Amino acid sequence: MQRYLFSRLIQSALLMVGVLVITFFMVRLTGDPARVMTPRDASPERVEAMREAMGFNDPLIIQFTRYMGGAARGNFGQSLHYRAPAMSLVMQRVPATIELTLAAMGFALFFAIPLGVFGGSRPGSIWDTLARGFGLLGQTVPNFWLALMLIVVFAVDLGWFPSFGRSGPMSIVLPAVALGFFPLGQFVRLVRSATLEVRGEDYIRTAYSKGIEERAVLGRHVFRNVSITLVSIVGVQFGYMLGGSIYIESIFSWPGIGRMINEAVQARDFPLVQAIAVFSAGFVVVLNLLTDVAYALIDPRIRYED
Amino acid sequence: MHGETVLRVRDLSVQFDSIDGTVHAVNNVSFDLKRGETLGIVGESGSGKSVSMMSLVRLIAEPPGKITSGSAMFITSDGEVDLLSLSRRQLSRLRGDRIGFIFQDPMSSLNPLMSVGAQIAESVRKHTQLQRAAAKTRAIELLEHVGIPGAKQRYDNYPHQFSGGMRQRVMIAIAISCNPDILIADEPTTALDVTVQAQIADLTNRLCKELSISVIWISHDLGVVAGLADQLMVMYGGTVVEYGEVEQVYAHPRHPYTIGLLGALPKLSKTEERLVNIAGAPPSLFSPPTQCPFADRCPWVFERCESERPALYDVGGEGRAGVVRSDDATDGRGSSDGWVDSHLTACFYDLERNRRRDADEPVAVRPGALAHEEQG
Ligand SMILES: Nc1ncnc2c1ncn2[C@@H]1O[C@H](COP(=O)(O)OP(=O)(O)O)[C@@H](O)[C@H]1O
Ligand code: SF4
Ligand SMILES: [Mg+2]
Repeated sequence: MQRYLFSRLIQSALLMVGVLVITFFMVRLTGDPARVMTPRDASPERVEAMREAMGFNDPLIIQFTRYMGGAARGNFGQSLHYRAPAMSLVMQRVPATIELTLAAMGFALFFAIPLGVFGGSRPGSIWDTLARGFGLLGQTVPNFWLALMLIVVFAVDLGWFPSFGRSGPMSIVLPAVALGFFPLGQFVRLVRSATLEVRGEDYIRTAYSKGIEERAVLGRHVFRNVSITLVSIVGVQFGYMLGGSIYIESIFSWPGIGRMINEAVQARDFPLVQAIAVFSAGFVVVLNLLTDVAYALIDPRIRYED
Repeated sequence: MHGETVLRVRDLSVQFDSIDGTVHAVNNVSFDLKRGETLGIVGESGSGKSVSMMSLVRLIAEPPGKITSGSAMFITSDGEVDLLSLSRRQLSRLRGDRIGFIFQDPMSSLNPLMSVGAQIAESVRKHTQLQRAAAKTRAIELLEHVGIPGAKQRYDNYPHQFSGGMRQRVMIAIAISCNPDILIADEPTTALDVTVQAQIADLTNRLCKELSISVIWISHDLGVVAGLADQLMVMYGGTVVEYGEVEQVYAHPRHPYTIGLLGALPKLSKTEERLVNIAGAPPSLFSPPTQCPFADRCPWVFERCESERPALYDVGGEGRAGVVRSDDATDGRGSSDGWVDSHLTACFYDLERNRRRDADEPVAVRPGALAHEEQG
C-alpha cells in the first residue's frame, strides 16, 4: 500500500511539473504574449511597456527559471485586472467552486446509486426503466439549457429558489442540479451495468447460499464491488464539473472559479488565466490521487499488492 | 436417526425460458437423501445436476428459470416442510443454517473485497444470536476446524491471499458454520489441482461424518464419487436414469448410459478397443421429454424408446427382476419406504429383458443388440 501510494505521489508531482512547463510555453509559443495581454487597439509603446513589465524581453531560460521559482512559492504574478496576486485571487474563489462541485456530486450520487443498483439488480422493473431513462436524459440534456429551464420554472414561476448568487443554502440547489445532471446520467448507466454484471458473480450466489437477504446482498456484496468501477468515474466527473462550472457559475452568478475564468479571459488578464489553469490542473491531479487512495481503501488486492 | 430420510424430492421439473425456446433442464427428478449418508450425483456437463439441486432452495435465476412441478420434503426433528412451497424469506433462513453449500470454483466463490473471516462470521451472525466478537471467535474456530494454519492471523486475510485449496476450505467452513442437516457440494474438487482434490474430498467427508451432515455430492467423475457416496444417482439429459446403492450400481449397472460411464459398454465397431467416451452428443433440451433422452446414443435403442419416455422402475437387488415401480416414480407420491434401498433404472430394454427373463422368453429387440451384450 505504501509503495503504491508513494509511486502515485511521485507520478502526481511529475504531472504537476509538466503542467507548469506547458502553461509557461503555452503563453510564449502561441504568439506575442504582450499583444495578447493588451487591448486590440493599444499603441506599440503600450505593448512594449507591457513586454518590458512582464519580462518578456529576457532570455527564455531566465524567464523560465523565474516562472518556476515563483510557482514553487505559489507566486503566479499580478492579476492585470485586479492588480493583486493572481493565485490568491483564485484561492478566494475556490471555496465557492468546491462547495458547488461537492453539492452537484452529492446530488448525482444520491440519486444515481439507488437507481443504478435497483435497476441493475431487477432488469425490466420500474427501477430499471427509470435508471435507463435518467441515463439517457443525463447524456442528452445540455446543462446550460437545463440551467435556464430550472431558473424559469423553479426560480421565476414557482419562486422556490433564488435564481442567482450565493446566499444561504437554498441558493446552491439550482446550480448544483444543473451541474450534477450530466454526471448523474453517467453514474446511473455505469452503476446499472456494473450491478448487472456483479450480480451474476459466483460470490453473490455464495452470499445468497449463506441465507443473506437480498437487501444485505445488494448493499454489502454487490454495491461494494460496483463501487470500484464507480470510484474511477467519480474522479473523472469531478474534473468535468470544473469545466461545466464555467457556464453554470456564469448563468447563476456563482462567485467561483468558473465565473472568474470567464471574466479573466474577457479582460485579457493573462496571469490570472494562467493561475486558474495551474490551479485546475492541480485540482484534477489531486483528485486522481484521491481516486487511487480510494481504490486502495476499497480493494484489498491493490492494498496488499507489493 | 440413521437410515431416516432427511430430504425427499419427488417429480422435480425445472425449465428455463430462452430466446431459442424453453429449455427442459430438469425433468421429473425424484430421489431420497438418507440422514448421515452421502448421495453422489453423476452425469455429464449440462445434464441438470446443478440446476436440480440449486432449484431446491431457489438458487437458480428466476426468471428465466421456473420450477414447473415437484415437491421437496425437508424432514427434521422439528417436522416436515416442502422447500418448494416456502417463501424467499423462509428459505433464506434455511440456507446457510440447515442447508450448506460448496461450489465448483473456489477462485470466484468468495467476495474479493471482504476478509475470509468476515465472510464466515457473516453467516454465523445471520443464523445465531452471537454478537460481533463471539462470531469472530466462532469463525476462527471454524478456520481451525477446516485445517487452516494460523487461523487467528488468517481471519483478516483476503481471498486473493489464499490458494484454491485454501479457499475451498474457507467455503467448507462457511458451509458447516451452523451445523447444517444437509450439505450440497456442487463439484467442489473439479477446479482444484489433482493433489488437492483428495484432501478437500477427505476433509469434507470427515467433517460431515463428525457432524452427522447428510451430503449431496455432485460430480461428473464417477471415480471421485465412488469413494464417498453411499447412494448414487446418475443423471442424463435432465432426468434420473439410474439410482441405487453405490456398490450395487457399480457391480450391476443397469442403464446403458451408466454402463457406458463405467466403460463396460460393448464394442460398437471393431476398430474401437474399448468405448470410454460414449459416442454422440448430449440431447437437446429444447424439446419436451417425450422419448428416452439417451435414444440417440444408445446401442440398444428400439422403437418404444423413441415414442415414450421410460420411467424409473425397481430392478431389485443383485440384478434380480423386481417390481415395476414406474407409477410411483413419476407421480412422485408412491410409497416412500424402501425407495432408498431400491435399485432403479429408467430403460425399456432393461425392463423388457427382466420381464422376459421372468417368463423365460428371449428378448426380441433390435437385431444384434443381444449379441453385443453377450460379447461385452
Ligand atoms: N440461466 C440459465 N438459462 C438457460 N438455461 C440454463 C440456465 N442455467 C442452466 N441452464 C440449462 O440447464 C441445463 C442443466 O445445467 P446444469 O444443471 O448446470 O448442468 P450440470 O450441473 O449437470 O453440468 C443446461 O443444459 C443449461 O442449458
Ligand atoms: S430406453 Fe431405449 S434408448 Fe433409452 S437407454 Fe433404454 S434401450 Fe437405450
Ligand atoms: Mg454443474
